[in-house]
Amino acid sequence: MNKLIKYVLYDIVRNKIIVAYTLFLLLLSIGLFQLGGSADKGLLSLLNLVLLTVPLISIVFATTHFYNSYEFMELLVSQPIRRSRIFMSEYLGVALSLSAAFLVGVGAPVLFFAPSTTGLFLVVTGVLITFVFVALAFLASVITRDKAKGIGIALLLWFYFALIYDGLVLLILYAFSDYPLEQTTLALTALNPVDLGRVMVLLHLDVSAMMGYTGALYKSIFGSLWGIGIALAVMLLWVIVPLLSSKRIFQKRDL
Amino acid sequence: MRNLSKYFVCLLGAFVLLLTSPVAFGDTLKVCASCPYTSVKQAVSLAKAGDVVLVDGGVYQEAGIEITQPIRLIGQNNPVIDGNNSGQIITVSSDNVTVQGFTLQNVATSYTRDDAAIRVRQQNNIRILSNTILKTYYGIYLQYSEGIVIKDNVVKGENVGKTESSLGNAIHIYKTDDVQIIGNEVQGHRDGIYLETVKNSTVERNVSHQNSRYGLHFMFSDGNAYTHNTFRRNGAGVAVMYTTNVRMEHNTFEDNWGAASYGLLLKEINNSVIYNNVFRRNTTGIHMESSSRLDFRHNDFERNGWAIKLMTTCIDDTFRLNNFTGNSFDISTNGNAQHNYFEHNYWDKYTGYDLDKDGIGDVPYRPVSLYAMLVERVPPSVMLMRSFMVDLLDNMERVLPSIIPQNLMDERPLMKKIDHDNNREFVQNLRQTASAPWRER
Repeated sequence: MNKLIKYVLYDIVRNKIIVAYTLFLLLLSIGLFQLGGSADKGLLSLLNLVLLTVPLISIVFATTHFYNSYEFMELLVSQPIRRSRIFMSEYLGVALSLSAAFLVGVGAPVLFFAPSTTGLFLVVTGVLITFVFVALAFLASVITRDKAKGIGIALLLWFYFALIYDGLVLLILYAFSDYPLEQTTLALTALNPVDLGRVMVLLHLDVSAMMGYTGALYKSIFGSLWGIGIALAVMLLWVIVPLLSSKRIFQKRDL
Repeated sequence: MRNLSKYFVCLLGAFVLLLTSPVAFGDTLKVCASCPYTSVKQAVSLAKAGDVVLVDGGVYQEAGIEITQPIRLIGQNNPVIDGNNSGQIITVSSDNVTVQGFTLQNVATSYTRDDAAIRVRQQNNIRILSNTILKTYYGIYLQYSEGIVIKDNVVKGENVGKTESSLGNAIHIYKTDDVQIIGNEVQGHRDGIYLETVKNSTVERNVSHQNSRYGLHFMFSDGNAYTHNTFRRNGAGVAVMYTTNVRMEHNTFEDNWGAASYGLLLKEINNSVIYNNVFRRNTTGIHMESSSRLDFRHNDFERNGWAIKLMTTCIDDTFRLNNFTGNSFDISTNGNAQHNYFEHNYWDKYTGYDLDKDGIGDVPYRPVSLYAMLVERVPPSVMLMRSFMVDLLDNMERVLPSIIPQNLMDERPLMKKIDHDNNREFVQNLRQTASAPWRER
């Protein structure tokens, strides 16, 4: 498996896209920290970047990579290697390389300009979101053999999680505003990895506002070590569930 | 002629006597373990008008000391009077009394008598200086008095695990005029400084923190000045009500966190000025209700949840030359009607431009966002803060306002943060050029 991951990684690095992605992140984060003035403002802008750009690039890159390495996978399948192994190696190769790019591109500037708990949460969230969206990309890719269709599904998934979902939540909250919605909102948050990541960072960034009204409730839940543990566990579920289901499909499917 | 010179000598003698009177007039009664007096109570009860009761260091287990003569009760080498939870420690029942340099401790909660470490009732010209008051129900309690100085005292209670009703106030003043509360540190009580119907007074350089309810609480107290105080981490911040003609300057309100906690709650405060204050890291910086003709200038709002909650019952308030930085929400309101005036403030969320380079943005800034209105209506939606969708809606609303109040805007927002100390010239220029039309309105 290690050997396989190495091959996948080598393939990705030779591709140069990952290098471009790293440079893009690095430039953007340094620029935001320099322009923003204060470290907090920089982190705030970076949060938007992490929540929009990282999922988009992760999902598109992973989907295209999966389709592009179809021939390689077919070759491997003809060898005495288990399919789950091939699949996991592909996944880890992509996810690890994208995470590494993120760590260099965003993690290093954060460490340099804003070394704080908020910064740490931002970086952890970014890495987890990368893993989640690569898993979702693989799910989209194994559903259909058609590359265009696969990328279409991947983009839709991104569109849903990054944009539409929050609109829907807003609509629900507004429509049922006469009812106590605290717990509901909490559950709705857990149903979207992007929201989950955002809330984890938010509770450290907008701490004052979060102490008012319902915010205090969330703060008491997410703020504790126990709550952070649960949030991270839910995030991991968001990695594991799409990954395992796509692996199942991949193992059973006729390539 | 001789008669006249005798008269003159007499007059001179009287004058000399008058000059040296503080020394000549009255005795000093010393209290210590080996002195003629071993109890403060005994010495105080025997003291005559103008005497000094000088108490040396040591612990005195006493309560119910009543001062009935105009004397000075002075502690040397930090004497401790321990009330042993058996009632009030010092009661002042005379004019012109000074209590200075004691540590007073242990007064139990007493719902019927409201026991305090020092109580003054219907007296004038009282000075309470440099005392330390620990673990008491009320700290310093004054009523129906006049001409009071409370200076450099430390009042420290224990409020952990206690309910609000079982706690008293650190400095409690009722129906008293001309009070100076200066340089005290109060903590761990219900209200740090409580003023009710107190007129023409000064509250200056005090630090009030970690009280269960309010750091400063006053009502019906017209014409007072509050300057250079710090109010930090109080249960509900600072709340002031039903008062006109207040001056609040150079105060710091910080770290007041909670759903019902305010840096400064203004309820029916009119004709007052609020200058040069700092509001930092509060859930709500200022909450305003039914308050009119207030003037806010040179205040800094930093990293609050809501910098200002401006209810529609407020009219004719002016906000000028304030800095709004790092707040989650700048202004929020509960309706559409707006009759307040914003000008020349710095907003860090302002995205306009300044083509003529005069330091003033060319497009107006609307400090109330659609999302702020939404959170006001549906509190759980606070969880969507910083979501891309919300930012998108906010920006759309800013371009074509339909829900946010149309009139609530800063038509001349500043491009750069105001440095209140160094920017005097710039600010003066702005005042001369721009504030004139407002005065005429």
